[in-house]
Amino acid sequence: MTTWIFKFSSKKLNIVAAAAALLFFNFQLSAATNEIIITGGIESARPIGVVPFKYLGNSTLPENLSDVVASDLQRSGKFNPSKLSSMPQFPTTDTEVNYAAWAQKGVDMVLVGSVETTGLNQFLVTFELIDVLRAQATGGQAKTLENGKLVMTRDHVIEKRTKTINGSDFRQYAHIISDIVYEKLTGERGAFLTRIAYIKVLDRDTNPKPFRLVIADYDNVNPTTLLSSPEPLMSPTWSPDGNTLAYVSFENKRSQIYLQDIYTTSRTRLTDFPGINGAPNFSPDGKKLAMVLSKDGNPEIYVMDLQTRNLTRITRNRAIDTEPSWTPDGKSLIFTSERGGKPQIYQVNLATNRKSRLTFEGEMNLGGAVTPDNSQLVIVNRTRGDYHIAKQDLKNGDMLVLTNTYLDESPSISPNGSMIIYSVLENGIPALAWVSLDGRFSFKEPVADGEVKSPSWSPFLL
Amino acid sequence: MLNKNALKTLLIVVPLVTLAACKSGPSEAEMEAEANRQAEVAAQQVADAKASADADAKRVEVAKADALQKAKEMVENEKAKLVAQNVVYFDFDRASVKSDFHSVLDMHAAFLVKNAGQSIVIEGHCDNRGTPEYNIALGERRAKSVETYLMNAGVSSSQVSVVSYGEEKPAVQGGSEYAFAQNRRGIVVYQ
Repeated sequence: MTTWIFKFSSKKLNIVAAAAALLFFNFQLSAATNEIIITGGIESARPIGVVPFKYLGNSTLPENLSDVVASDLQRSGKFNPSKLSSMPQFPTTDTEVNYAAWAQKGVDMVLVGSVETTGLNQFLVTFELIDVLRAQATGGQAKTLENGKLVMTRDHVIEKRTKTINGSDFRQYAHIISDIVYEKLTGERGAFLTRIAYIKVLDRDTNPKPFRLVIADYDNVNPTTLLSSPEPLMSPTWSPDGNTLAYVSFENKRSQIYLQDIYTTSRTRLTDFPGINGAPNFSPDGKKLAMVLSKDGNPEIYVMDLQTRNLTRITRNRAIDTEPSWTPDGKSLIFTSERGGKPQIYQVNLATNRKSRLTFEGEMNLGGAVTPDNSQLVIVNRTRGDYHIAKQDLKNGDMLVLTNTYLDESPSISPNGSMIIYSVLENGIPALAWVSLDGRFSFKEPVADGEVKSPSWSPFLL
Repeated sequence: MLNKNALKTLLIVVPLVTLAACKSGPSEAEMEAEANRQAEVAAQQVADAKASADADAKRVEVAKADALQKAKEMVENEKAKLVAQNVVYFDFDRASVKSDFHSVLDMHAAFLVKNAGQSIVIEGHCDNRGTPEYNIALGERRAKSVETYLMNAGVSSSQVSVVSYGEEKPAVQGGSEYAFAQNRRGIVVYQ
């Protein structure tokens, strides 16, 4: 029996296609992706046909590969996967693709594939990424010179792979396919095989432990609660190897910084100084932790050597200094300071201890972080009372506001520098939102069963 | 002090003694009985006097305890009154104690000066504008400005500690001006 699997991340879009599909195929719905609300920028995305992978088998598949891939590509903002209803055909291999039909739809890239059961919980996954326009130009048969001979090639097939995977690896493998497609077509590494950490707050009146430290796949699928607490949790941040989270806990009625292994869930209390213990941030080599302590009177930036636990004080003045964040080279820290009157972003060179102010536009700038390529500063900008995520070019100083949501805060940059996850207020409730670094594409998650805030994007995990 | 029982005893004993005197003289047994009776009376008088003194002492003790209880109640009442008005509100991005709240904090200070054994925690809170980490710093500054006000009014630093919850424990949920105003606060929490 042949089963086609479809899953729609946006139910509204595809009712017609679903009805049509039901007539011809066994239809299977799975909760593979979280629904998102696209708030801008889809018109700038490149069309791609992610055709449902054909399943050669009769058991139920653990996950819908092509649906996860389509969702990933859509979330990157760089691609606009075709709706099922507008696909001219459902090919499984390159040889079945009607190039002209796709080209006519304005789709120049098509991903096709199949899944085959090869053993108990073993599946053979094959996929091909096809350049429709190249295929049209060559008729699917290009001739190239190789060692002085004219040979036929199929260079319109940009990538073809076959791999046997376990039932439990479907979702991970789908993200790998997405990474491959993304890198082939953009030249930039994909960040689909990453995670996010965030703080979730359930109803405080009905839950004895409403504050939750949660990690999930980058698309907020597979959320796992690492810690539940009766008192606030704050500022989760990833170690560069992706194994450890640092965060702030008030479980002892005062702020303390903890380190927690996300696999063993074992944790250690790192600091318990009088006053604020906050805003932890790992150095790029993972050996140091920048933090804020107010033990000497008011909030100052410190760097702790994680092996010796020795502290180095970085700032020394009467104003608030907070939110330290390492530059990618590990040689300086970006931080927020009120030394000029209102909070603005400063940079301190750790070798010379020289400090310089980076931001001047707007009433305030807070929560700064530098992109992995060291070209942009991502900030929370306050202009005319509105808080938005913005970026500032580190070379020419140009600032660009990226978001138009409400009370934006806690931006965290994906490890490939293409997207920013941040927290917004949605009908008065904190929720997650994403925006591409060019500001063109943005989406958010509908509010579910609690507040979601302080998101932090993991490093690359493979 | 003669009590009623002693008087009664005398009223019975005196006529008996008089009657006996009409006879040729009391026999030895009679003399002994009389002596016993008198001893008993005396003992009773001592016992009665002691019971009376004990009762008095108890009464004083009870009165003392009452007074203490009343004082304690007064302190508790006073504390309850203070706990009912233990919040001061701040302007946006400001940490200075507004003059509207001086009288409330003066009451807390007066109470804390009188009750040196009483300790408090001052919580600093913020609205959810700005970043959570900046708001932790701002909340601490607010809590500290309340602390400074109380210490200037004579409260000992050993009675006071501060903690900032930033924007993590809002009193009112949401993003309205009303919610913001309710959440920018310092709270004096009695321990």
